[in-house]
Amino acid sequence: MAFACAPDAIAAGAPAVDGATAWWIWPLALFVVCFALGIVAVPAGVGGGVLFVPIVGGFFPFHLDFVRGAGLLVALASALAAGPNLLRVGLADLRLALPLALLASASSIVGALVGLALPSAIVQTALGITILAIVVLMASAKKSEFPDVQAPDKLGAALALHGVFHDVARGESVRWQVHRTPLGLVLFTGIGVLAGMFGLGAGWANVPVLNLVMGAPLKVSAGTSSFILSLVDSSAAWVYLNQGAVLAVVAVPSVAGMMLGARIGARLLTVLKASVVRRLVLGLLLVAGLRALLKGLGVWT
Amino acid sequence: MSGSERPPVAEEQLRYARVLEWGARLGLAVAVAAFALYVTGVLPGHVPLETLPALWSLPLAEYLQRSSTPVGWDWVGLAGRGDFASLAGIAVLASVSVACLAAVIPVYLRRGNRIYAALCVLAIAVLLLAASGILVVRH
Repeated sequence: MAFACAPDAIAAGAPAVDGATAWWIWPLALFVVCFALGIVAVPAGVGGGVLFVPIVGGFFPFHLDFVRGAGLLVALASALAAGPNLLRVGLADLRLALPLALLASASSIVGALVGLALPSAIVQTALGITILAIVVLMASAKKSEFPDVQAPDKLGAALALHGVFHDVARGESVRWQVHRTPLGLVLFTGIGVLAGMFGLGAGWANVPVLNLVMGAPLKVSAGTSSFILSLVDSSAAWVYLNQGAVLAVVAVPSVAGMMLGARIGARLLTVLKASVVRRLVLGLLLVAGLRALLKGLGVWT
Repeated sequence: MSGSERPPVAEEQLRYARVLEWGARLGLAVAVAAFALYVTGVLPGHVPLETLPALWSLPLAEYLQRSSTPVGWDWVGLAGRGDFASLAGIAVLASVSVACLAAVIPVYLRRGNRIYAALCVLAIAVLLLAASGILVVRH
């Protein structure tokens, strides 16, 4: 393929967005920001992408198309980094994750295709609304450390969606089972669409569905949610990669920072209460969501 | 509650975790190494670094046109360029789950757990469909 990318030719036809700033400032800033986001993402039960997309989309010069592509990758990186540890200590459950991840993974492909086909302003506005809705959801949703599931539903029983996990903070092992599995499968299908469309990851929705709808313990929900993201975001990430919506200079510093931060975050998950970091995450999301909404509406460009 | 002893973790989870850990390390290593070569100028990019600030704020379709960036699997032909070599590492990260799922299928089959073996096969199929490049958006 011919090299058709002469700097002068490109610069002549494109806006000089941040000509006063050296190019390397932005990848460096991305690495630092993503390292910090990675630390708080796993204990907060979110995938990293939900923080990354509105914050980087709102305050960095990259187009939202590339931010969403990188957002999926940072959520994926966060999940991949945390996954092995979560699986080994039993906080992520492979049996619980597989049926849900399968449907969400398929629907995330649809979401990614739709998101890349829509005009930027619409996606930006919808992103802002979605982020603000997530803030409300996270702030108002009740949490149940150990939901009372009297009996599993038929599908949950057939899929053997139960287990035992060791709660280090309480020093005891806890038996769990789930109910309302069909409803959970439907909700995860919708979550996959949103994840692919906005590049958000989807821990913000995974955890409430696993915990409040299906009745999995909170820590199993957070751990399994993070693991599910590794499958869901892989599918959507491939769509963005094939469409050319992944820029190495945006994605690699973000992924590296997020993976390093998430390794620390995964260790904190076993000793910290999720509520400690949730307040910080809610504050960040509120500002970033408002910024995305106002940017999409052309009020704060 | 069921006591204070730590319960054993299922064999397939441990195997999945092992493959996931090494695959993620490999992908990250490739991406970071290639990116280091890219930003230091050892491996020149398809899109020169100094021109990126004028391009990265453009919508995707316009960026692709101005930078002559290929879509689908055509980027593999540019894997010798620093920016696309970095994407090879990203592609490994996005493919790790396929290897993990494939690794646990024999464990499920050995136990006669055909449902979960089938779920793994279906999940692999979805990932391969996404990676195939068959599904595209026309700008």
